[in-house]
Amino acid sequence: MAQSDESSLSQNFEIDGRDFSKAGSISTKVKELLQEVGIDSSIIRRAAIAAYEAEMNIVMYADRGEMELNITPEKLRIRLEDEGPGIEDTEKAMQEGFSTATDEMREMGFGAGMGLPNIKKNADEFRISSTKGKGTTVDIVIYLNQKEKK
Amino acid sequence: MTLKEIKELLKAEILCGENRLEEEIEFAGGSDMMSDVLAFGKPGILLLTGLTNAQSVRTADIIEAKAIVYVRGKRPDKEGIALAREKGIPILSTHFMMYKTCGLLYKAGLPGVSDIE
Repeated sequence: MAQSDESSLSQNFEIDGRDFSKAGSISTKVKELLQEVGIDSSIIRRAAIAAYEAEMNIVMYADRGEMELNITPEKLRIRLEDEGPGIEDTEKAMQEGFSTATDEMREMGFGAGMGLPNIKKNADEFRISSTKGKGTTVDIVIYLNQKEKK
Repeated sequence: MTLKEIKELLKAEILCGENRLEEEIEFAGGSDMMSDVLAFGKPGILLLTGLTNAQSVRTADIIEAKAIVYVRGKRPDKEGIALAREKGIPILSTHFMMYKTCGLLYKAGLPGVSDIE
C-alpha cells in the first residue's frame, strides 16, 4: 500500500520472474500512480520507460524482484532489486547492443541490448550493482524540477 | 491524416477502437523490437509492428502511442487486445508487409518519427 506523509510517497511492488503474461503491468501501475499524483507528463514518460525496461529485465532474467517507487517534491526514485543470476560485467552490459538474451526473450521484442542504455538515457542519476549468482540492484532517479534536462 | 484514411490506404481491418477513427495521426514509426520503440518513440506516434504479444500493446501504452498497426496480416494475442481496449488504443491489422506499409504511409505524406522535433 502507498504510504505518504506531507512530502513523500512510497510504494513497493513485487515482480514475478519469468511470468511473461504479466510483464510490464507494474510499470503501467507506476505510470498511473504518477499521473494521479500530477507529475509532469514528460517526466512520467521517462520514468515509465525506465521502469518498464527494468521490469522486463527482472521478468526475463530473475526469479523474483521488487520495485520501490519513492516520490519527494524534488525527485522521483525507482529502485529495483532482484534475486537472480546477476550480471558478470555491468560495464559491458551497459554497452548498446550487448545482450545475453535467449531466443524466447527476443521473440518478446526485447533482448537487443538496449534495455540498460535506455534506462540510463531516461534517468538523471543511474546506478547499477550486481553480484553474480545473487542478484542485481538498479537505482533510477529523475529530478522533478528540471523538466527538459536531458 | 486520420486513422480512417490510414485504414483505407492500408486496406486494414480495425480490431478495436472503432470510435476513434477520426483521430488525427501526425507521424509514425515501425519496429518489431520493443526496446527500439521505447528508445525512439514519441507521444502520439502511430506504431507499426509485427510483434503480436501483449508487450507490443504495453509498449505502445508506455510511450503514449496513438494507435497500432500490425503488419503482414498479424493480430495481437487475446491479452494484447484486452489491454488495448482497457487503455483505449485503436488497433488496425493490414496484410501488407512492413516495408510496403511504411512506404504507402510515407508516400501519402505521413512523416517518420525521426522527422518530428
